[in-house]
Amino acid sequence: MTHAYDVSHFFAGLMLVASFALLYQDRLFSVLNIFAAQAILLAIAVGWEAYTQQRPHLFITAALALGLKGIIIPVALHRMIVKLGVHRDIDQVVGVGKTLLIGLALTSLSLLLVLKITTAAESFTREGLALALAIILLGFLMMITRQNAITQIVGFMSLENGLILAATGARGMPLVVEISVAFSVLIALFVFAVFVFRIRERFDSVDIEALDNARGDQS
Amino acid sequence: MTGTGLILLFGQSIQMFLVILLAPAITGIVRQVKARATRRQGAPIIQPYRDLYKLVKKETVVAETASWLFRVAPYAILAFTWVATALVPTFASGLMFNWAADVVALVALLGAARAILALAGMDVGTAFGGIGTSRELMIATLAEPAMLLVALTIALTAGTTRLPEIANFLVSQPMTVRVSLALALVALIIVALAENARIPIDNPATHLELTMVHEAMVLEYSGRHLAMIELAAQLKLVLYIALIVCLFVPFGMAPAQAGPGAWAVGLLVFVAKLVLGAALLGIWEASIAKMRVFRVGEFLGGAFVFAFLAILLAFVTREVMQ
Repeated sequence: MTHAYDVSHFFAGLMLVASFALLYQDRLFSVLNIFAAQAILLAIAVGWEAYTQQRPHLFITAALALGLKGIIIPVALHRMIVKLGVHRDIDQVVGVGKTLLIGLALTSLSLLLVLKITTAAESFTREGLALALAIILLGFLMMITRQNAITQIVGFMSLENGLILAATGARGMPLVVEISVAFSVLIALFVFAVFVFRIRERFDSVDIEALDNARGDQS
Repeated sequence: MTGTGLILLFGQSIQMFLVILLAPAITGIVRQVKARATRRQGAPIIQPYRDLYKLVKKETVVAETASWLFRVAPYAILAFTWVATALVPTFASGLMFNWAADVVALVALLGAARAILALAGMDVGTAFGGIGTSRELMIATLAEPAMLLVALTIALTAGTTRLPEIANFLVSQPMTVRVSLALALVALIIVALAENARIPIDNPATHLELTMVHEAMVLEYSGRHLAMIELAAQLKLVLYIALIVCLFVPFGMAPAQAGPGAWAVGLLVFVAKLVLGAALLGIWEASIAKMRVFRVGEFLGGAFVFAFLAILLAFVTREVMQ
């Protein structure tokens, strides 16, 4: 029991570290690599849950996470960056130090919150939910602090990694829902891609600040 | 009772003299490994001993503007660092002075040594001393919070801040992966690199005006004063390797009630671990480049983030396991 707990705690904790690395990293290809690493960690974590808790349908979730988010989405984003010719761009981050401090505050908040309100649940669930909420909030933070459309997509996808982690901790999530979530994320990727290329066509840049100007927010 | 007391005192004095005798050799090993990794011949491992001997024999020149503080500082720095190094459990836990081996006390001893060094650096009034001091203190203010967070993480896991008890606790636990300890290890390694002025933060091998930090502070020292400051720096390296070994890989350390037989085994294991740590440091230094001074903040901020995450995860484990 404790050994199984320690290992799942280890992988979930590493996913959280990967979220922080995503916040810190400003080179586009490195961001993609870290995102792929996070998805692979997610697959291992889910696989471990499936193995220790005898819930074989979780293996399908793990395989989906590995295939879609560990391989297909990073490769697709990689190609997109090459095609857009923005691979030398360095993403403008709103002050790395400030972002990381906000990230730490969000993590503490989610841990304190979830541990307070789930005292009745079993340890795996509490653990999974607490870390998953932190990863979700960090994904939001990444989407807020980034200027570049591609890193915003990565922020959204890492948020979804947190959702899957939360879902594996909680019992009773039907497999159908998980599969449909996984595929809707894939479809979201296509929609994002179309948008990014349209933005690029129109403004010669994937910096979304250009959209503010077009909307007339700034004089 | 006095018999055991004498044996414990004997063990403690072995440790005190062992660390100070080994310290130059460890630095020599780091330099040798680094030289070999960059395909150079490198100086022999005993070269630091020769350097110290040469410095002790040489005349000690003191600047005209130096006050008494400048002359006292090397003795005080060496004393503080030596005491701190002697406290860390190396080959055995439960030696004579191990009751005082508290992580917070160690941080305080090293902080006192650093404060004296900073004052001495500014004492003569040269520009280099001032620059070096300001940079060193910037690094210290960034590294110390991370160090204390690492200490608190381990205290939260083991239930105490005293090193021998932490080592005993970790040896008695079954082997397992703990993410909070892994993160604390990463944070402690970054802090150790910063505190020992090793490569991504500062390069101990150069005297390049623009980048030196530690060397700039001690630029005015010569003769036996410089020998003492160098020996203190070498001791500090041993201290950090011993601290990392004690906190994260204490296996092979003789337990509290063991006699001299177990000590001998512990001694061999400890020396092997020190040499391994020094070799790893040499390879690390050869494989990466030094950072700009203004990026040090981000690097050490990373250590702070790791340490903070470590303590959060340790907290989660404790809450959940109850």
